Amino acid sequence: MSRHRIKDVDYDDDDFYDDDDELADPEEQEFLQQCTTAVLQQLRAGQPSVTATKEEVQDALWHYYNDIDKSVNYLRGKREKEAAKLQKSKVQPVPAYPAPPSTAHFSAADFFRDCPWLNVPPHRKSEILIEPLYPRLGLLGGAPENGGKLSKLAALAAARKKKEGEKTPSLSDTSTPSTPKLEQPTSLDHSGTSSSLRDRLAASGRSSPKAPEGPGSLRRLATPSSSSHPIPKRPEAETKKPSVSEVSGSMQRMVLEAKEEPEPEQTVPTIRASPSTFASTIVGAATGPTAAEPSHLHSTSSDLLRIYGQDHAEPFDFAAPSPDDVVLNAQNTAKGMKSKSAASKSAVVKKGQSDLADGVKEFSVEDKVTVKSKNLDVISEYKKSTRKRSANFVVIGHVDAGKSTLMGRLLADQGAIDQRTLDRYRREAEKIGKGSFALAWVLDQGSEERARGVTIDIATNQFETDKTAFTIVDAPGHRDFVPNMIAGASQADFAVLVIDSSVGSFESGLKGQTKEHALLVRSMGVQKIVVAVNKMDTVQWDRERFEEIEQQISAFLTTAGFQDSNISFVPCSGVLGDNISRRTNDPHASWYTGRTLIEELETSEPYTHALEKPLRMTIGDVFRGGVQSPLSISGRIDAGSLQMGDHILIMPSGETATVRSLEVDSQPSDWAVAGQNVVLNIANIDPIHLRSGDVVCRPSSPIPTITSFTAKVLAFEHLMPMQVDVHRGRLHVPGRISKLVASLDKASGAAIKKRPKIVGPGVVVRVVVEMDQAVPLEAPTRIVLRAGGSTVAAGLLE
Amino acid sequence: MRCIKNKIEHNGSGAVTLCPEEPEDMWHAYNLIRPDDILRASAIRRVTTVQDTGSTSSARVHLNLVIRVKNLDFDPQSSQLHVSGQIINETPHTKVGQFHTLDLELNRNFTLEKEIGAGGEGVGWDSIAIESLKDAVDEGGNRRAEAVAVVMQEGLAHICFIGQFQTILKQKIEMSVPRKRQGGGDHDKGMNKFFKVTLETLIRQMEFNTSLTSGANNEAVRPVLLASPGFVASGFQKYIQAEASTTTPGLKRLLPSLVVVHSASGYTNSLSEVLQSPAVKRLLADTKYARETKLMDDFLEQLRKETNKATYGPREVEDAVEQGAVGRGGGVLIVSNRLFRSQDVAERKRWVALVDRVRDVEGGDVRILSSDHESGKRLEGLGGIAALLTFPVIEPDLDSDAE
Repeated sequence: MSRHRIKDVDYDDDDFYDDDDELADPEEQEFLQQCTTAVLQQLRAGQPSVTATKEEVQDALWHYYNDIDKSVNYLRGKREKEAAKLQKSKVQPVPAYPAPPSTAHFSAADFFRDCPWLNVPPHRKSEILIEPLYPRLGLLGGAPENGGKLSKLAALAAARKKKEGEKTPSLSDTSTPSTPKLEQPTSLDHSGTSSSLRDRLAASGRSSPKAPEGPGSLRRLATPSSSSHPIPKRPEAETKKPSVSEVSGSMQRMVLEAKEEPEPEQTVPTIRASPSTFASTIVGAATGPTAAEPSHLHSTSSDLLRIYGQDHAEPFDFAAPSPDDVVLNAQNTAKGMKSKSAASKSAVVKKGQSDLADGVKEFSVEDKVTVKSKNLDVISEYKKSTRKRSANFVVIGHVDAGKSTLMGRLLADQGAIDQRTLDRYRREAEKIGKGSFALAWVLDQGSEERARGVTIDIATNQFETDKTAFTIVDAPGHRDFVPNMIAGASQADFAVLVIDSSVGSFESGLKGQTKEHALLVRSMGVQKIVVAVNKMDTVQWDRERFEEIEQQISAFLTTAGFQDSNISFVPCSGVLGDNISRRTNDPHASWYTGRTLIEELETSEPYTHALEKPLRMTIGDVFRGGVQSPLSISGRIDAGSLQMGDHILIMPSGETATVRSLEVDSQPSDWAVAGQNVVLNIANIDPIHLRSGDVVCRPSSPIPTITSFTAKVLAFEHLMPMQVDVHRGRLHVPGRISKLVASLDKASGAAIKKRPKIVGPGVVVRVVVEMDQAVPLEAPTRIVLRAGGSTVAAGLLE
Repeated sequence: MRCIKNKIEHNGSGAVTLCPEEPEDMWHAYNLIRPDDILRASAIRRVTTVQDTGSTSSARVHLNLVIRVKNLDFDPQSSQLHVSGQIINETPHTKVGQFHTLDLELNRNFTLEKEIGAGGEGVGWDSIAIESLKDAVDEGGNRRAEAVAVVMQEGLAHICFIGQFQTILKQKIEMSVPRKRQGGGDHDKGMNKFFKVTLETLIRQMEFNTSLTSGANNEAVRPVLLASPGFVASGFQKYIQAEASTTTPGLKRLLPSLVVVHSASGYTNSLSEVLQSPAVKRLLADTKYARETKLMDDFLEQLRKETNKATYGPREVEDAVEQGAVGRGGGVLIVSNRLFRSQDVAERKRWVALVDRVRDVEGGDVRILSSDHESGKRLEGLGGIAALLTFPVIEPDLDSDAE
């Protein structure tokens, strides 16, 4: 104490001025005396005159280093606080209600309530216990039966109550120091006026013995906002809230009462004093039930509190950051009265905000799609699967040979397309005067294709027979669209060559794309070819015509490299559907006893694909699959296997992507293997890196990109160093033959002539091809070289 | 290009002063100027001076510099020619021997001097140089015939400017157009977008004014060739017509000059096919390009016939000339002008001698093809030189390697 005073006094104070020396020098004593009187005078003179003891004043003076004004202020403040404390202590014993528990409510019936003869028989009590303990809130506004949530009305009522409870104290809090004295009556008045029968009942439920227990259980219920209220107000707010819950609680009890006729006052068990020794002696065993009953009610009420605690908290939480609260909180902080709970509350709020922020961040920034891979062993999975045998075939032939119509007929007959759609196509086709094209429209979906009656791009479609699932690739016949046909042929296991048998058309076709297509599919590795001699109805199923065509075509196909056993001929009519999936009824065609087209298709043997090799898939199309899959690519897997969640590399862009999901033959699947036509829905890549003709592979075994290659090709036309287009499936790039290395012997592959100047058709030659851009190509792969709109060579990359 | 002054001596040395007038003249200049020539042109040079105190100040000064050419850099897209070399004239700001890169500019004269050294180390104004000078100097002033070609296929378009001596690929447009699918309209949408972008690019590249008010100045619109396989080009034409009748009426001026032709693909390879089509032939009959293309086609035809009356490759052609097969009565020597652009003096001399021999001694025809044209590129593939012969020549290889 006196150590501090050293600061106050001069330095010339005695050196031996001891710490525990209580004696001040007389001069100082006198000064202190003067100050004290001055302070006392001021206190008395001040607006709310305050009294203070001399000791208090002196203490204050000492603390403020004899500053009179400060001391006065301090004492005033102290008085105010004490007054507030006083008021608080006054409030506490009267928690909610003006009616003291011991007065009006103390009826005789109540007093004798715990008497054994008035008691409820145990079996009836058990009924009560079986009854749902949770109050039916329906009375306050139709809350759901499960009791989980407060009804809107109840919540509103509760919120309003709470607000009213808050408002008065907050007003008083901000006003002058004199108001605290007024506060109590107002709040009492307020609760008095607002108290209804139910309130009264509720209050009756709250008795003096229970009161001390109240705050404890209420703490759970107290929302952060209420706990942050200034201290003087707190009991008030708290008592309000339980009363709300008690309202419904008491309602419940009233319901119970209605059932339990004999004891109308059962709802106020806690009011009872504990049984006197006398009573307990008389009643003896009867104390058990009585003790049980209050405990039961206790548990009910505590249950209620617990149940409501949560539910109340929710509506209150929304009310919590009201402007009042903000003001109050600010005041609290300014006064340094910020309670711990307030701090924790703000912390909670902050945490909530940061959680929210994190959530938002996750929500908006996150665009990486992660797909969980099932880590399947695709190959064993494939072996296990009991799929039907599948076969892809490409339909080729000269323009207007009736390829699309034939396939449309096939699909219609096999039920892959319903009659209604077909009828619609027929109607629409007739409308634009192209009635005969109706079947072709099944495959020619493009508006331009329909308008012009020409297939432009390949179309794929599926149908199933009993044994096999077929995928049709309908190729365009027009010479301008041979690149598209090459793309289609690269997806095929075998080919159906459609030939127009009508006079003149066959001959022109043979010179045209019939020949080119047949050569192309052969050079792309197709072994088996089914020749559908179409439009036989136009030549009255003339057997001679058929045999003439058969002879010419088989001669040509044999020279093209097809084995005789792999060539078959079917006379048919696409428009009429004869010999497609049913035999013709035409009497002129009775000479034909061979297989129908569909039977011929089913003779195709299963094809094996390089499942074990690294993944290779040429992208056939890049498109928007739908809302679920904004980016999809389609194509046929050339080699290897693929499953959902795989990371894939797109060459030549070198970008990676993730397979979100995939479809095999338009059916969702978890995996796919070589030979299947798939649609990959991919993510994590910009579509700008995807072009048709790009190759999908695995990052672990990427396909090399090259600008120059050597290839062994069969020349269809004269070859010299020239500009060519290089085709491989959908891939189509410009390049040039920079060198003719050597012409080769067809059988042995030995060089016949080195560096020929030019080679004629039919010669096998090794060439060096250079391209302007890097292209994903690797040996061995089949390539086609075209120039000036015709195929000049096809062969194998070395 | 205008010839301002011509002082070429008989021995092949001398100087010419030229004024380039249009971008293509830069290409001519590129073919005329060779390393070791002396070039005088105006230049802007940043001169840095160091004061005694060590402080430096730099200023840009206009100079007339004479340099001995070391290197040429030609940008065909923007038609800019940068010639770098060592300064040989003394100026207040530069020293002899300093390096400078001259940027030749349109409508600014430059003087090119070629000299024959005492030991004949220079080539001077040889016959090829004089011929290309003749080509360069546009006397009639009627050499404006040129066309714009849009070679396209689905999702790919090349916009090329076909000039007298060069074909410039101005812009390549590549877009991913979704293929047709079951019940999807994406394809049509994609094509429409592709047409839109192509048209916008074309208009920008042509510097075509689409506003109606500028229709008054009715400057002749160059023919625009739309070429594609299938229906893409006609679809594009329809699109332009639709645009002209709806949103941009200014396009109407463009419509008459559109020509739709067939091509095998959307790559520049197929330009030769475009130029062979009758419709285009009618339009561009007189252009050098058309003549060159025809010549190349004749040659390839001859080659295909395997009559041995056509040959290609440097050694083979020299052989044929040696035998006198490239002479009067149909002998044509076809040379790409790239051969004369060789940095190696001996190389150039070799080809000039060959050309001179065919023309002057053998009496054959000599055609120099621009390597910047499609036909020239085809010739490049054959080694840059080819010849149509008057009689079949047995190839030496065949003799030694006969079956």
